[in-house]
Amino acid sequence: MSASLPTVSGTPEAPRAAEEGRVPVVPHTSSPRLVATLAVAGAIAGLVLVLVHQWTEPRILEHQARVLDEAVVEVLSGPSSTRTFFLVDGAFTAEPPAAADTASADRVYVGFDAGGAPVGVALAAAEPGFQDVIRLIFGYDPAGGAVLGMKVLESKETPGLGDKIEKDSSFVAEFRGVVAPLLGVKQGAGSGGDDEIDMITGATISSRAIIDIINHRLEAVEADVQALWRSAPAAPSMAGGLP
Amino acid sequence: MSPRVTTPSEDFLRGVWRENPVLVQLLGLCPALAVTNTVANSLAMGIATFFVLTGSSLLVSLLKSWIPKEVRISAYILIIATFVTMADMLLAALVPDIHKALGAFIALIVVNCMILGRQEAFASKRPVGRALLDAFGTGLGFIVALFMMGTVREVLGNGSFLGVPLFGDAFEPWIIMILPPGGFFTLGLLLLVFAWWEERKDVPVHPRHWPHGVTVTVDAGGPGGSPAGAGVNAPRSD
Amino acid sequence: MGELLWIFVSAMLVNNFTLVLFLGLCPFLGVSAKVGTAVRMGAANVFVLVITSLTASFLNAFVLVHAPYLRLISFIVVIASLVQIVEMAIKKLSPTLFRELGIFLPLITTNCAILGLAIFQTNRGYGALEGLFFALGAGAGLTLALSLMASIRERVELSDVPAVARNMGLVLVLAGTLSLAFMGFAGLFTS
Repeated sequence: MSASLPTVSGTPEAPRAAEEGRVPVVPHTSSPRLVATLAVAGAIAGLVLVLVHQWTEPRILEHQARVLDEAVVEVLSGPSSTRTFFLVDGAFTAEPPAAADTASADRVYVGFDAGGAPVGVALAAAEPGFQDVIRLIFGYDPAGGAVLGMKVLESKETPGLGDKIEKDSSFVAEFRGVVAPLLGVKQGAGSGGDDEIDMITGATISSRAIIDIINHRLEAVEADVQALWRSAPAAPSMAGGLP
Repeated sequence: MSPRVTTPSEDFLRGVWRENPVLVQLLGLCPALAVTNTVANSLAMGIATFFVLTGSSLLVSLLKSWIPKEVRISAYILIIATFVTMADMLLAALVPDIHKALGAFIALIVVNCMILGRQEAFASKRPVGRALLDAFGTGLGFIVALFMMGTVREVLGNGSFLGVPLFGDAFEPWIIMILPPGGFFTLGLLLLVFAWWEERKDVPVHPRHWPHGVTVTVDAGGPGGSPAGAGVNAPRSD
Repeated sequence: MGELLWIFVSAMLVNNFTLVLFLGLCPFLGVSAKVGTAVRMGAANVFVLVITSLTASFLNAFVLVHAPYLRLISFIVVIASLVQIVEMAIKKLSPTLFRELGIFLPLITTNCAILGLAIFQTNRGYGALEGLFFALGAGAGLTLALSLMASIRERVELSDVPAVARNMGLVLVLAGTLSLAFMGFAGLFTS
């Protein structure tokens, strides 16, 4: 710890200058010195951040991959392996050319059973809900045209009302096996059709948002997904999570 | 900065209660209102801010003679932003769920005026030990304030404390308390209760109708030195 | 177009920066005593928000692609410097405008709302055009919240408020009531 008194105010130079009989001047620092100080500080800050980033990044990426993988597994009811397909030049492919921009390309996740046969496609989608954007992922069986399951990834819907779209297990369960395009009906007002979803009382808008998000997403990529399905996608050579 | 002598314990305790950054000085309100809808989020935000404040104060106090006066604010912001980015990445790697719940508000610790304020007013002028004590006190005061907000909001708004249900099924949660208006109401009512408490405490000594400026506070803490009540009035001077 | 409109209205009303996201509280609580001041403060905010949004889009697209960990530092530094440059330019070019808005600029440079806009815009992956509408919506929302609050406070000044409540506590409770009113805008964009 420094030995100077905690109560001294002002610059340390001032009293010393006075002792030596000089007129205390306001210290003026030259511009190069100012720039140099900030540059050095910036360089050190950058260095520290690079180190922390290198340590944390693998953990963060691993967590993100795990969350996504778990969601895909959940909405496809537990496939034994999954594989990502990117939409490049109008067709889904698991092995895009190196030149393709896969970071921003649309993608789907195909799940396979133990025998390597595809069981369904998981699609992520996002649209405005009641409060803010709802992000979700749902499983789809292109052969039967049925939704296999739905999981909300992110929403800011009203706690206690709108957030039932992710917390009400009977609502979530309705998305298993329902035929697309989905039709939202009020509780008890449905005719028992296989495309009907009973909306949550008190959260009709959030429920309808979920239904719309799935319908819109399917409408947009149905043709490409069907083409992918007809091409009999192959399971990854090694069983496991998403690459 | 007044040249008044302060004791180490005063440096530490001042920030915890008498000059509490949130409840008295009304600094750092953005996180205090935005992320206090559960106790767990409040504590996480409190601890992250504590880390940034302590780290910055330590570094600023160590480097005070090297930082030219002209660029000190930029240098402080650079230091603070570095610590915040570190906190952001560490939280994302170690406790991803809490990181997701706090979202962008971790990055916004950078613009928490409380942190920059402590650097400018204290850490840049004092030895390392005192700067650290002050940062511990202020950081702890911030945690205390957020914890109080989080407790009120989670207990009333969700009927639970740290996720543990308290009241059983018969309790109908006051959902509004965990929504944005509940943040404003909770802090507003806390400040009103403190002001009322101060007024009551003053009654036996000072007649209620005395002009405000005449009030003699017990300690010599200078402006804003009187607990909660007087400090709460301060921002009205605008 | 529909998406841009949603971004604008969402930032202005449904997810109002001040009343729902708690960004920009300092000016909201500090400069909201007079309607005239509040409106000019809001206008200065719109101005800085637009600069911020354009800066953030540029940095995200060209500078930070390979160094995301420097995002916070570069946002803060670049935005603060840019606003200062613009402030000097206005002072030189239009002293009248500077008198009207300029005094607020240093106040809002390091305000939550400014950095918040840049970070939210990045997290949501908005491009330059979307970011611009986001900034305009956020600015309009801040101005709306500020002037509503100032109108209420002008009335409160004339009311017989108990001495114990004449402090920031009352202002926060009023803000809570406004925030409650803004919750009514939720669901504006769903059928």
